[in-house]
Amino acid sequence: MSGPTGTTSPAELAERYGLSKSSIRPPLSSYLRELWSRRQFVLSYATARTYAMYAGARLGSIWQVLTPLLNAGVYYLAFGVLLGTKNGIDNYVAFLLSGIFVFTFTQRCMTEGSRSLALNLSLIRTLHFPRATLPLAYVLNELNQMLVSLAILFVVVGFTDGPAWRWFLIAPAMVLQMMFNIGITLVFARIGTFVSDVTQLLPFVTRTWLYASGIFFSLPAKLEQLNAPSWVVQVLAFNPISAYIDIVRRSLLQEHKQNELPHAWTIAIVWSFVMLAAGFWYFWRAEDRYGRG
Amino acid sequence: MAGAEPTVIADKLDIIYKVIAGQGGKGTAATAFRRILKRQDRPTIREVHAVKSVSFTANKGDAIGVIGRNGSGKSTLLRAIAGLLPPASGAVYTSGQPSLLGVNAAMMNDLTGDRNVVLGCLAMGMSPAEVQRRYDEIVEFSGIGDFIDLPMSTYSSGMAARLKFAIASAKTHDILLVDEALATGDAEFRVRSERRIKELRDQAGTVFLVSHSLDVVHETCNRAIWLDAGVLKLDGPVEEVVAAYVHSTRAG
Repeated sequence: MSGPTGTTSPAELAERYGLSKSSIRPPLSSYLRELWSRRQFVLSYATARTYAMYAGARLGSIWQVLTPLLNAGVYYLAFGVLLGTKNGIDNYVAFLLSGIFVFTFTQRCMTEGSRSLALNLSLIRTLHFPRATLPLAYVLNELNQMLVSLAILFVVVGFTDGPAWRWFLIAPAMVLQMMFNIGITLVFARIGTFVSDVTQLLPFVTRTWLYASGIFFSLPAKLEQLNAPSWVVQVLAFNPISAYIDIVRRSLLQEHKQNELPHAWTIAIVWSFVMLAAGFWYFWRAEDRYGRG
Repeated sequence: MAGAEPTVIADKLDIIYKVIAGQGGKGTAATAFRRILKRQDRPTIREVHAVKSVSFTANKGDAIGVIGRNGSGKSTLLRAIAGLLPPASGAVYTSGQPSLLGVNAAMMNDLTGDRNVVLGCLAMGMSPAEVQRRYDEIVEFSGIGDFIDLPMSTYSSGMAARLKFAIASAKTHDILLVDEALATGDAEFRVRSERRIKELRDQAGTVFLVSHSLDVVHETCNRAIWLDAGVLKLDGPVEEVVAAYVHSTRAG
């Protein structure tokens, strides 16, 4: 057919026979399509992980309920009782729980997700699949935990404030936070793979974020108490976590009007879409390099 | 070689990867800080230049044995062909998606064997219905029996290898990369897996086989590549290459 292969360069030869580079990054659209086709893997892997997480513990999956309760108990003791940050918040238990649960959801996604690829490196070096499936499965794990936490929250609010139609706003609030979490998890999954120091650093970042997000106290009330100018609260309201906490509190708490942050829904929606898109884009850009570790 | 249809082309392929080599040297905070100031890389992170400027062309119908001593870059080369390890420079061109059939495929050790079967198949891109259809066949081929309900951490290494092989070989492949699969398991399983590889070879266009068993390479391959410390030393008909390799090991 043709002369000896020595006369043509390998790249030309490859092109002539329609060969493509084996470790090439697919275009974003087909990457997302491939990702969608592996949704069953994501789901099964998440279920299997949840199961494995509690398999060794004597109390088993009861820990899914106990962990958030104990967490909340510790914070209630520290802030509600010892430091007394309640000042004038009507239903402080529900106020605190909603803040902690929403925050923990994002925080766990970030810290766990940053290790999602590093911990599965040998799987990545063995099988071919869109790498984003792994961080996505981790997010699904945390969503599962969040739903258990929300059930606890509904019980608490049901007993204190009583049920209300407002509660249905929780659904869009959760969808928005989920979108944000997927985005931020993908970002940290990529960073955590190439710079493993991030895993050490993240707890400090998230702890700082925790105190700035108005979880233990009402941000507007606190700032008023400190005589801070009004633009401070406007700036702090741009914190995505504060926005997600606020929209959850708006839908659950009866007396939240005076503690509301400005434009919480708008800020929450914008963050969700921007973070989701940015996360997928940023993660996909390194798709062909995750195997190197 | 006229009329031959290439399916895999390696063009001056270089693979470098980073490994964390434990706590080497003085691991104190002070030395770490000094390193940061001097902008040095961590000494415990070592770069391994596993494959050095390897070029070859594999054609349809080729069964190529990859031989060489331990640590000569054989498995790394297969992973690069499969597109799992990105090349530092150079390139590998392939027709379609090559599949790596390895025994050291990581599985989830906390999970039971049957969970691993399902997850492995889903990761390879099978649909849930397809997994269900293949499930019995996979479990039977692995010969694990009742152990399938137990966590994989309780398996012996031979059992784990058998299950992994059974999962990975459940799919049909265009370009098949086999890594030492024949060396695992007991004699009976070896016969069964050898037969399975022959079947897969008949379906696949091109097969690469990494093995330390020169007999197996001799039997299943028509061509061989000899890697030595990451460098391609010899590429040619299987008899010649194996003979040269045997000669060098005797001499050395």
